[in-house]
Amino acid sequence: MEFLRPARWDEALAAKAAHPTAVPLAGGTDVMVELNFDRRRPDHLLDLGRIPELHTWETGPETVRLGACVPYARIIERLPGELPGLALAARTVGSPQIRNRGSVGGNLGAASPAGDAHPALLAAGAEVEVASVRGSRLIPVEEFYTGVKRNALADDELIRAIHIRKATGPQAFSKVGTRNAMVIAVCAFAIALHPRTRTVRTGIGSAAPTPVRARAAEDFLNAALAEGGHWDGGRAVTPSIAGRFAELCAAACDPIDDVRGSTAYRRHAVSVMARRTLGWTWEAFREGGAITGGGAQCA
Amino acid sequence: MTMDTDRITTSTSTSGRAPARTATELRQGATAKGTIGESTPRPDGTLKATGEFAYSSDLWHEDMLWGFTLRSPHAHAEIRSIDIGEALAMPGVHTVMTYADLPAETHYGLEIRDQPVLAAGRVRYHGEAVAIVAADHPETARRAAARIKVEYAELPLVTDEATATAPGAPVLHPGRADRHAGGVPHPNIVHRQPIRRGDVAAAEARAEVVVRRDYEVGMQDQAFLGPESGLAVPAEDGGVDLYIATQWLHVDRDQLAPVLGLPADKVRLTLSGVGGAFGAREDLSMQAHACLLALRTGRPVKIAYNRYESFFGHVHRHPAKLAYEHGATRDGKLLYVRCRIVLDGGAYASSSPAVVGNAASLSIGPYAVDNVDIEALALYSNNPPCGAMRGFGAVQACFAYEAQMDAVAAELGLDPVEFRQRNAMSQGTVMPTGQRVDSPAPVAELLRRVKERPLPPERPWADAGGSVDVRGLPGGLSNTSHGEGVVRGVGYAVGIKNVGFSEGFDDYSTARVRLEVLGGEPVALVHTAMAEVGQGGVTVHAQIARTELGVTQVVIHPADTRVGSAGSTSASRQTYMTGGAIKHTCEAVREEVFRRGRERFGHRHPGWAGDAGLLLEGGKVVTGAGEVIGDLAEILGGDAIDIEREFRHRPTEPFHPETGQGFGHVQYSFCAHRAVVDVDTELGLVKVVELAAAQDVGKALNPLAVVGQIQGGTTQGLGLAVMEEIQVSGGALVRNPSFTDYLIPTILDTPSIPVDVLELADDHAPYGLRGVGEAPTLSSTPAVVAAIRAATGLRLGRVPVRPEHLTGT
Repeated sequence: MEFLRPARWDEALAAKAAHPTAVPLAGGTDVMVELNFDRRRPDHLLDLGRIPELHTWETGPETVRLGACVPYARIIERLPGELPGLALAARTVGSPQIRNRGSVGGNLGAASPAGDAHPALLAAGAEVEVASVRGSRLIPVEEFYTGVKRNALADDELIRAIHIRKATGPQAFSKVGTRNAMVIAVCAFAIALHPRTRTVRTGIGSAAPTPVRARAAEDFLNAALAEGGHWDGGRAVTPSIAGRFAELCAAACDPIDDVRGSTAYRRHAVSVMARRTLGWTWEAFREGGAITGGGAQCA
Repeated sequence: MTMDTDRITTSTSTSGRAPARTATELRQGATAKGTIGESTPRPDGTLKATGEFAYSSDLWHEDMLWGFTLRSPHAHAEIRSIDIGEALAMPGVHTVMTYADLPAETHYGLEIRDQPVLAAGRVRYHGEAVAIVAADHPETARRAAARIKVEYAELPLVTDEATATAPGAPVLHPGRADRHAGGVPHPNIVHRQPIRRGDVAAAEARAEVVVRRDYEVGMQDQAFLGPESGLAVPAEDGGVDLYIATQWLHVDRDQLAPVLGLPADKVRLTLSGVGGAFGAREDLSMQAHACLLALRTGRPVKIAYNRYESFFGHVHRHPAKLAYEHGATRDGKLLYVRCRIVLDGGAYASSSPAVVGNAASLSIGPYAVDNVDIEALALYSNNPPCGAMRGFGAVQACFAYEAQMDAVAAELGLDPVEFRQRNAMSQGTVMPTGQRVDSPAPVAELLRRVKERPLPPERPWADAGGSVDVRGLPGGLSNTSHGEGVVRGVGYAVGIKNVGFSEGFDDYSTARVRLEVLGGEPVALVHTAMAEVGQGGVTVHAQIARTELGVTQVVIHPADTRVGSAGSTSASRQTYMTGGAIKHTCEAVREEVFRRGRERFGHRHPGWAGDAGLLLEGGKVVTGAGEVIGDLAEILGGDAIDIEREFRHRPTEPFHPETGQGFGHVQYSFCAHRAVVDVDTELGLVKVVELAAAQDVGKALNPLAVVGQIQGGTTQGLGLAVMEEIQVSGGALVRNPSFTDYLIPTILDTPSIPVDVLELADDHAPYGLRGVGEAPTLSSTPAVVAAIRAATGLRLGRVPVRPEHLTGT
């Protein structure tokens, strides 16, 4: 196995073009586990850790352009205002050591349905900036996940950054695991209110072959909120609207039965999280636009 | 008495080929003061916390090879053929061994020699060792193992009592000749122990309230942090030196020597750094494999399992199915208990027979009940082998009998603590086995203490300003609730555990103590074979030597087989047994000091006359009146006193095979818990808010370590209550052999654990002490589940409780 360690982005792209089966390495929190268990033995490892720009971010008027290798710990510290949903998700990732190494780029590269960043990206709205020696393109995050641990990258492409819409309203993220910290998701749910477009978006993790948005639930809720004049009047969401939204979120799941949880439990838990997070974010919106949902303090 | 000055020089260095650093060389002395009863910090505590402690997995030898084990992917299969050609041809591979290459005995086992060193034509569980490889690099060894071609033909599975005892069931160990074989109703039952006392039928006729329920306990893993590892070094005399993390050096040796075809004195073991044990190191894991490879290649061989392999490398806690029936009078007096406990022992016996004895004899808990009809048994199956784990058969029973006590109390409309107290045993109570409890049994008092403790505040997660700290809520950092769906529950439980090896086992420990004056200061060297696995013997031994010999400087010699057996570090027995052996030996050393003093200086002072009341204090011989009459330096001069002695607890006897009657246990130990939980009833997530414990320890030799043991056991019990389970598929395959999916409590899952320690002396035990380590593991689990029941109103007959159980999904 050859270890490639480009110092610059163009060198990384050239290396990936020359070795299309090279496995990119960011924090290594997924890849190294596979290597250590000998489940994977690529001819080349392409370490992106030396490329400075991948560890930085830029905040624009509408979006944050987040370098692929920015670790979760930095997102929690530095971007809780712009990316509250992602920051909440980042807090639930692994242990402090993992949060110091793991990154959103790595989560996208691994494309595990249990990746914690995915629901938050789906709810906020994001595009994945990928590049190759042929040029670069932006892939809407919904289209990025193509199957269990598969994504839309071509063989010669690398993830450079993620363009994530800055929050203009409350966001929330919840994840069910069977212990109170350092746990892989049994299922996860994210919600983001977008008052400017008067829409609500969702993201579901670990309850379908890929991370998904609950589109029917979003459509129902958006229509109900518009119809009831909720965005203007600051009216509370009725239990029946919240209940229907939760049901539709559960219906968007296509979960498996496995060692971590049953199909029925996953659907049920997604519906509970959907109802609760809608409540937290909508109440925060009514109370005058606190960006994070629910007033939760986290460690 | 022995005076063997040669032994100390040979014991501090080995053949010259030893690893540069073994972790057990924990020198004590100047830094750790303290006699018994004083809190004494561990000498290795800081090293472990900072990552500098050398564990057995850190062992290294200059020209060592790495061993790797090929394991079965099937739970039950015939091995048709094994082709090692391709593996052997790989560059860097030194040898490949299968069953056909074993030089001597082919099987081993703690109680029954039924476990093949390498699979003998048949595999009986997922992960059974089939072949071993030695290579110059661990990766080479692993890849070579992958190239061994094994042809399997799968066989029908035995996975539970029905499939084990059905007509035509495959017999997993045909031709059994072990001592339990004649007494079992089916050859797939390892051991069965009934206990009958009183007249259950008559009691049933009088019972006004009867509760019958079934319970189930999942397969818990010890989940120690340091996976199995060790280093075998072939010696010039044809023997082998094994540096190993284990629980009992001598029983390892006694199992290894026949397998290696060597006399016991050519198999020398030295304890290496142990990263936890909890019973999982009682059986051999890689010991025989490393020694076989080392002897075959003439090179040192290291084997270190990774976490995945560790889940296949040791036995687990027996999963159990338990059926209980309790009958009581309307005014809350227990009349009778019927119960049947079926433990799944998996493919090999390990310590299943002893676990059965415990489960049966402790099956009704710390209660006085005159009429009992009890049956416990362990199965052979194709599930993972199960054996020793902290609590050893008493854990499974405690979950069931405490749930029953709550259920009967509810039927009677009695407070669950009040009902327990009315039926609590005390000193003088007769156990189901007919054994009269002859030392304090403060069961009602322990319950009173946990009950009277103030309850923790409600809604601890919410501050006055209305904001929420999710760390205090069910779901924790996963941010699933800000208080929605959260209901508080409180539950109680109490348990009884035996201390020491039972049922007539010749349980002893050996200590060697050497006292001499070095550089003007008296120094005691304490040498035992006790495995320090975290339980704290390393501090307690020095405390005992200081107390008995009146010295400050105590050196704890590395544990090895050059001294007599210390017995196992299990059954909460080491402070009692090896502590007792050190006390006993120190007393002999002290008497020898007095004898020599009297001989040389008796004429100088009348205090030497007779043997009344002399003491050793601060290197002086002191009379009972406090007068110094001799100086150790003067008495000993350049000589040392060096004594090795054995210590035994009082004898026990086997349980009668049909009635279960017998003086089977040495000592009992009791702990009570009150659990306070917050349950997210919609999501089925649990936050244990507080787990208060009260335990009688007889005498706390090192109070700091005692509290640590109680908190650790409590947490391990919490793990079984809400998360820890090895899941086995219908095909008897392990589904979650990783810390990703076998969850153990994190610090955020670990509640505040206030501990109330009682010291009611047991006059039969050294210093009156009572074994501590296991009892808290028993009652923690049922207390947590009782609290969850209180919060949810659900019956919850199975642990671990999963979110599915709480949400009906």
